[in-house]
Amino acid sequence: MERIPILRMGDLLLVTIQVDMHDRLAMTLQDDLTERIVRDSAKGVLIDISALDLVDSFIGRMISNTAAMARVLDAQTVVVGMQPAVAITLVELGLTLHGVKTALNVEKGMALLGKNLN
Amino acid sequence: MNAATESAVKFDSVLLDWKGAFRLDRLSLPLRSDEDVVALRRHVRERAVGIGLSLVDQTKLITAASELARNTIKYGGGGGAHLDKLADGFRNGVGLVFVDDGPGIPDLDLALRDGYTTGGGLGLGLGGSKRLVDEFDIDTRPGEGTAIAVVKWKR
Repeated sequence: MERIPILRMGDLLLVTIQVDMHDRLAMTLQDDLTERIVRDSAKGVLIDISALDLVDSFIGRMISNTAAMARVLDAQTVVVGMQPAVAITLVELGLTLHGVKTALNVEKGMALLGKNLN
Repeated sequence: MNAATESAVKFDSVLLDWKGAFRLDRLSLPLRSDEDVVALRRHVRERAVGIGLSLVDQTKLITAASELARNTIKYGGGGGAHLDKLADGFRNGVGLVFVDDGPGIPDLDLALRDGYTTGGGLGLGLGGSKRLVDEFDIDTRPGEGTAIAVVKWKR
């Protein structure tokens, strides 16, 4: 089955979405991430969506849900790298990604999670 | 996609005169699975780039297409989409028609309202898509199906 890889770095989980996201794939990622948070005792999740050329209501909901589940499991989620055109479209669509922390790039996202890359 | 093509013909007269614009290069795609949605998005992107839509307008159009394609599969039980290049003499546009043979939408006003859903989603699909395109038209008939046409014009 098709899967998006989840990398572990210390107590962080890193996900870079580089494929065309379809609904089943989004649900699989959400399930995999929550499972890995528990298994790896992760404290933070960083999701890089800089390669995503759209975030529709389904993907948006997956991101919100993942962040909420992570919070309940004592981990923080930061979404980084959203393209400006995607941000404009998302807001016009009516999605606010309520409760999701965002940063412009991976470095700033790491800082938000209390990690310094240097 | 024969059934869906038939319903497109059935709905054609109502929706598809595109207000006098010429319709060129029609491409018809099936909408049955998640993978079909991904393929549709890719074709819509290609068309949008082809007529020179800005990146923001491209993104709006493929996002609307993604929402409407999902509705076609989830609520309409599958169907198809037609992609058209439109030209009205002053400007070019991309026209999309989503067709299904599903149960139809009983209360259209309600379905267009943000936050209303019967499928456990966010309820942003219809109303949200409408905001992302320049023209939006629905023909829905109880027990027969639904056709939704949208247009994004090059500004």
